[in-house]
Amino acid sequence: MSIDRNLSLTGEAPRALNNEQKGATALGMLGIIIMLLATFNVELQPKWLFLILSLSAIAGGIIWFSKASYAGLSKGIKNDGAFLKPMTSRGVVAYATGIGLTGFYIILYFFPELIGLNENGANTGLISLFDPLSQFLANRPASEWFVYGTLYTVAILFFGIKFMWKYRHNRYQKLRTFSVSFFQLGFAFIIPELMARLNSENFSLPYYDLKNIWPLNYYNFDKYRVDSMIEAGDIGIGLLLFGVASIFIITPILTFRYGKRWYCSWVCGCGGLAETAGDPYRHLSDKSTKAWKIERWLIHVVVVFVTLMTTAVIYSYLGTDTSQYWLTKSSFLLGVAGILTLVFAWVMLFKRDRIQKDAQYGAIGFFVFIIGLISLHFSSGSDQLFLFPAGDLQKAYGFLIGSIFSGVVGTGFYPILGNRVWCRFGCPMAAILGFQQKLFSRFRITTNGGQCISCGNCSTYCEMGIDVRAYAQKGQNIVRSSCVGCGVCSAVCPRGVLKLENDKVKGRINPKDVLLGNDVNLMEYVNSKIKSF
Amino acid sequence: MKKIVIIGNGIAGITAARHIRKFSNHHIQVISAETEYFFSRTALMYVYMGHMNWKHLLPYENDFWQKNDINLIHDYVTHVNPTDKVLSLQENESIEYDDLIIASGSKPNKFGWPGQDLKGVRGLYSKQDLESLEYYAPNNKVCKKAVIVGGGLIGIELAEMLRSRDIPVTMLVRETNFWNNVLPDEEASMLNNHIREHHIDLKLERNLDSIIDDGNGKVKSVKVKETGEIIDCDYVGLTPGVSPNVAFLKESGLKINRGIVVNKYLETNYDHVYAIGDCAEQKEPKGNRPPVEAVWYTGRMMGEVVAQTICDNKTAYNPGNWFNSAKFLDIEYQTYGWVFNQPKEEHADFYWKHPNENICIHIHYEKTSRKFTGINTFGLRLRHEVMDQWLNEERSVDYVIDHFSSANFDPEFYIDHTKNIQQSFQQQKNKVAV
Repeated sequence: MSIDRNLSLTGEAPRALNNEQKGATALGMLGIIIMLLATFNVELQPKWLFLILSLSAIAGGIIWFSKASYAGLSKGIKNDGAFLKPMTSRGVVAYATGIGLTGFYIILYFFPELIGLNENGANTGLISLFDPLSQFLANRPASEWFVYGTLYTVAILFFGIKFMWKYRHNRYQKLRTFSVSFFQLGFAFIIPELMARLNSENFSLPYYDLKNIWPLNYYNFDKYRVDSMIEAGDIGIGLLLFGVASIFIITPILTFRYGKRWYCSWVCGCGGLAETAGDPYRHLSDKSTKAWKIERWLIHVVVVFVTLMTTAVIYSYLGTDTSQYWLTKSSFLLGVAGILTLVFAWVMLFKRDRIQKDAQYGAIGFFVFIIGLISLHFSSGSDQLFLFPAGDLQKAYGFLIGSIFSGVVGTGFYPILGNRVWCRFGCPMAAILGFQQKLFSRFRITTNGGQCISCGNCSTYCEMGIDVRAYAQKGQNIVRSSCVGCGVCSAVCPRGVLKLENDKVKGRINPKDVLLGNDVNLMEYVNSKIKSF
Repeated sequence: MKKIVIIGNGIAGITAARHIRKFSNHHIQVISAETEYFFSRTALMYVYMGHMNWKHLLPYENDFWQKNDINLIHDYVTHVNPTDKVLSLQENESIEYDDLIIASGSKPNKFGWPGQDLKGVRGLYSKQDLESLEYYAPNNKVCKKAVIVGGGLIGIELAEMLRSRDIPVTMLVRETNFWNNVLPDEEASMLNNHIREHHIDLKLERNLDSIIDDGNGKVKSVKVKETGEIIDCDYVGLTPGVSPNVAFLKESGLKINRGIVVNKYLETNYDHVYAIGDCAEQKEPKGNRPPVEAVWYTGRMMGEVVAQTICDNKTAYNPGNWFNSAKFLDIEYQTYGWVFNQPKEEHADFYWKHPNENICIHIHYEKTSRKFTGINTFGLRLRHEVMDQWLNEERSVDYVIDHFSSANFDPEFYIDHTKNIQQSFQQQKNKVAV
């Protein structure tokens, strides 16, 4: 008598791709086949022609697929068959895609020689296919990262077009997607390549994606980068200051005004890929309480780790002589400890009511921190944090978090775990922005009085696994640190219940069970008697 | 500590259970024959359409009930004896209660059509209805054609569901326009067009004559009353409304008219027996409200109210301003206050529609006092709080139009139509003045 079982046996109509969609898929695959041929060193000349052919086939395939999926249908929500199609409901083809993507990431991160990176000498294979484009933009041969960056940008741009087509009735969705596409193409792809073009023997800037903010780019304050920026003079120092200002000034202001969505679903590249190429998988996020508990532990451990590690790394290259430079090992440690203590004290004093039981976890995190700093201080010259050298810690972080978590799992597992696994469970930037969003922001998702019918579309399509319905059906606004403000809950709501808003801080959280429609006196009674349920 | 038994685990019964638990440590038992756990009936359609899986319809995780000491019994109540305060169940032993809440919901209407009980003929109300649909209309090979009888909210949902699997659908609608018994002509005819855009064969002013057997007890075709036309089909959806599910109470001695008759405290003619939600019929309905309200929100409100009474804070069911919403294929609909298919005596209306899009509003107001009495919106969201306040404050239609953008609840960056609405309102006003 199970409906789920019945569905898996039947319902062929929405499962099947139509002929145009099949053709579009074949066209896109053709582009990938060209890349595979290049990978296996099949001679493709001229390279630029085959690169254009390959990328055009992929782009054209995606656009054609979008047209076949949405053109000619009336504007509106297009989720028919999301749980019936094998590709979007963990069918065999989804697992195959997941394995393919994961494999790609493993090769990219750990075995770039397999796609043609040669330590000494010219590129071969897939990477050499991208040489013409890299020469054109940056005047240097391609690297595995250039290949990745190009594919990443193509994915965001063209799956972005697909997403805008799908949500063509929704201006919030269209603008947001245009924004992530713009930042990806301009800030992540073109500007850093042009910056590389400026580099010469006596002037060199490190690769800098300006929208990539520490701690997302955990390596931003590494010695070689800082040295290189300082040596590059005004521009370099400007960049360095911009990097510091990004996290300490720009981010808090924008997050206060707009919530963390200004970054996570309007600017960020990880978010950009998740919202475009990853959109068909958003409903696969785990909504259980268990997943929520794992999320909170994991993401906060990552943020504590990355902060300590960065502190240790910077500490390791600072000097001790105050007469040479004001920032020394000791003043730096004291500074970090001071900032963290201020934040911690502020939260405990003024925002205690908002974190309730979580206060003790916050305290644990804080003390781990302080002890870490003390251990650094007493490692006396060996720059060890809890007995591990700072450099090793960063290597471990880069491997576990930077590569495995954000890439292999975060993107490779889109078709299995949903599209925001990295953002939800791992991203330290999201954790910091979320912390602020919860405690100090004007952003909220407003619930529209008593109109909720508990249908669950909002929760199902929340890529962050937030049980939106649990709030909406009680008439409560949604103020959650993990919300990236994608706005899809509001879009899929059939009753017009949810609205993303920036408004006054006062009245942002309405912890009462508001109206659900009976007369006012009753609600006063309920609210006076009950704290929460 | 009392022993509370609730018949029905829909929104009304479950809201009552949750609120009783909030206020007390009473022993709570909830009996349902339909499903083990509470689910969102409103979302049945999304399972068939593949927007959700069954588990997404459950608003609470399964351990919620045990954690909150709400005991669930998956069984069918065969008889209620309010004199001895005892219930008989089909499978389990009978249960005694101190307070009984009946929240048994609705059943789809059937008007005695020949063939209405054939296989492949169903309403769309219960989980079992969904399973039947999945069996008789899994795709367009098994179900080459479906006919839907009745053009209301459930009819249009069923049509959307079947179309999501490319099953050809014919809708027989009694009224001149879709849902015209509730909606004014303008909105109803806009919906006619939208329905047809979705390739649904909408037949207006057509009634069902009979459903024809294929010889094996399954539907083969239907006959249309007005034309005598025979439409071959593999599935018939009966969606001409619902009525209270009270057949099991026939011999109970409870006073039943269409539904279980209750006073404003939701009390039946027996002490300690209450009825809430779709199955209750108000003896003195408030204002324009019908005696039987088969709406999600009213079920929820009655659940909250009865919980108060049971927890020693006797409270009357006193619903505030009427509101409702729905979605017709791609068009969202909200309503606040009362908009009827024709303005009532001494009432006038104002209608505005976007020139190209399916966006419109329809306001009713009192002619002389200009008091705003209700609004329908299509393709445009309004803020419940604001509309509720304006209705309470008895604002004039002019005030509502002047401040219309402050009630807007569309997502950010949506085009605000207030200016056009105001212009059009002014034009209408000038016309009347001339």
